[in-house]
Amino acid sequence: MFALLQYPFIQNAFIAGSLVAIVAGIVGYFLLTRGLTFAGHALSHIGFAGAAGALVLGVDPVVGLLVFTISAGVGIGILGKRLNERDVTIGIIMTLMLGLGALFISLYSGYAERAYSILFGTILGISKSDVFITAIFSVLTFIALLCIFRPLLFSSFDQEVAEARGVPVRLLGVIFLVLVGITVSMSVQVVGVLLIFTLLVGPAATATRLIHEPLGAIALSIFLGLLYTWVGIFLAISDIGGNWPVSFYIAALSFAIYLPVRLFSKHEKRRHNKATSSFSQSSAS
Amino acid sequence: MKNEPIISVKDLCFVLGERKILHDMNLEINQGEFIGILGPNGAGKSTLLKLFLGLLKPTKGSIELLGKSPRRGNSLIGYAPQHRVLETDLALRACDVVGFGLDGNKWGFGFPNKKRKELIYKVLDDVDALHFAEAPVGHLSGGEQQRLLIAQALITNPKILLLDEPLSNLDIHHAQEIIHLLVKLCKERQVTVMLVAHDVNPLLPVIDRVLFMANGQSAMGTPNKVLTSEILSKLYNTPIQIVKALDRIFVVGAEI
Repeated sequence: MFALLQYPFIQNAFIAGSLVAIVAGIVGYFLLTRGLTFAGHALSHIGFAGAAGALVLGVDPVVGLLVFTISAGVGIGILGKRLNERDVTIGIIMTLMLGLGALFISLYSGYAERAYSILFGTILGISKSDVFITAIFSVLTFIALLCIFRPLLFSSFDQEVAEARGVPVRLLGVIFLVLVGITVSMSVQVVGVLLIFTLLVGPAATATRLIHEPLGAIALSIFLGLLYTWVGIFLAISDIGGNWPVSFYIAALSFAIYLPVRLFSKHEKRRHNKATSSFSQSSAS
Repeated sequence: MKNEPIISVKDLCFVLGERKILHDMNLEINQGEFIGILGPNGAGKSTLLKLFLGLLKPTKGSIELLGKSPRRGNSLIGYAPQHRVLETDLALRACDVVGFGLDGNKWGFGFPNKKRKELIYKVLDDVDALHFAEAPVGHLSGGEQQRLLIAQALITNPKILLLDEPLSNLDIHHAQEIIHLLVKLCKERQVTVMLVAHDVNPLLPVIDRVLFMANGQSAMGTPNKVLTSEILSKLYNTPIQIVKALDRIFVVGAEI
């Protein structure tokens, strides 16, 4: 088994997969706290058009992914204040992008395999240069997240008070969505556009159910992301797992761990229920 | 110093689109005063607080807080917004929320340290919230969450505390607890408290003055002077009766 680790393509897979799992674990926590998981999902679909377009132009799909997700991140960040309204707008733009992606794929006359790999990821086929790009962008995202950590968390919890305390809330929102865009682009290489949730939201969703404190939840989220990725790659290359794709294993693990946690994690009821007396409301209002 | 008003508002107007929300408002509020802000929905009570915080700019007129114009990030002003119920699976503890008030506006990661923890626990003790310091915020009751938001606003030792409807969503018992806490802060530390409320009754024994806002107009004074049929009828521009019964005040009108 360990002999397999000497193959460069497997080393590449482990390096890129680990970097992505770490960054996605942190970004996922903030996506959940800010109620923006749908935006994360949409960014990956928007990235699909970019990646497919890059194929048509004969450019590395990662470049197309980055261009589309980053500009969409800036757009979504500037666009909307109200979340509900924004979801509809995001959804409409997302479907337009999926349509564009479909067009680009039909225009692309190369190997169908490459289109498939955008949709479902091919971490085992990742090239040396893609590992390099992944490393640079992951490290940049990680550093950026450290720099904005406190005000980002504050504004995720309470935008209004954060703003009153001088936090540049709008700017942070845009910066964060750019970081989500980058993380999505990196994650697409591992699990593909369609399975983005497994790596971006799955570990964080499980972690926040178990640990109710930011640093602990983020640490667990990273750990779970690494675990899913490593075990996924391991199962895919070993004899045990047959020749099934890594992204399947990651998605299956993510689900298999989330499900029991979701079912059995105790959700304490709110202690005293707030009973507004109708009496006091009718007076002096 | 004592005679200088801590908040002074001159000819303040605020227009949103076509609507005049505040019209030529004049106020002077002193250190250590407890002011109840009352009025119907949409009268501009929250807007007034946002103008004080620098979140909105006056259309006309001036505001001075501690001798200076409002600006964001002023740690001498504590603010707790209208409370929303927090999601149960928010991965934050009570002490994390209070910590935001201390250094949530600073860049960087902020490693946990002992001094920070002491400050947070001290203010949690002040609002009698020490026993749930480590509890996830989503699991706390409305009254407990409200106390955290007040603690968050208090941690920088502000001179002015602006609270937007801290008592709505609370039952009478919990509302009384919050009021006692605020009176204590107000009198012992000479913090000026401005509290937006729906119902004046729980506040009547403790507030120094009332600011009643309606239709872009406002009236300020002791509850006995402002909460009269005559003044409120003028503000609402429609006949209003003040009814006193069971030691409570009721505002009764044909259209409200």
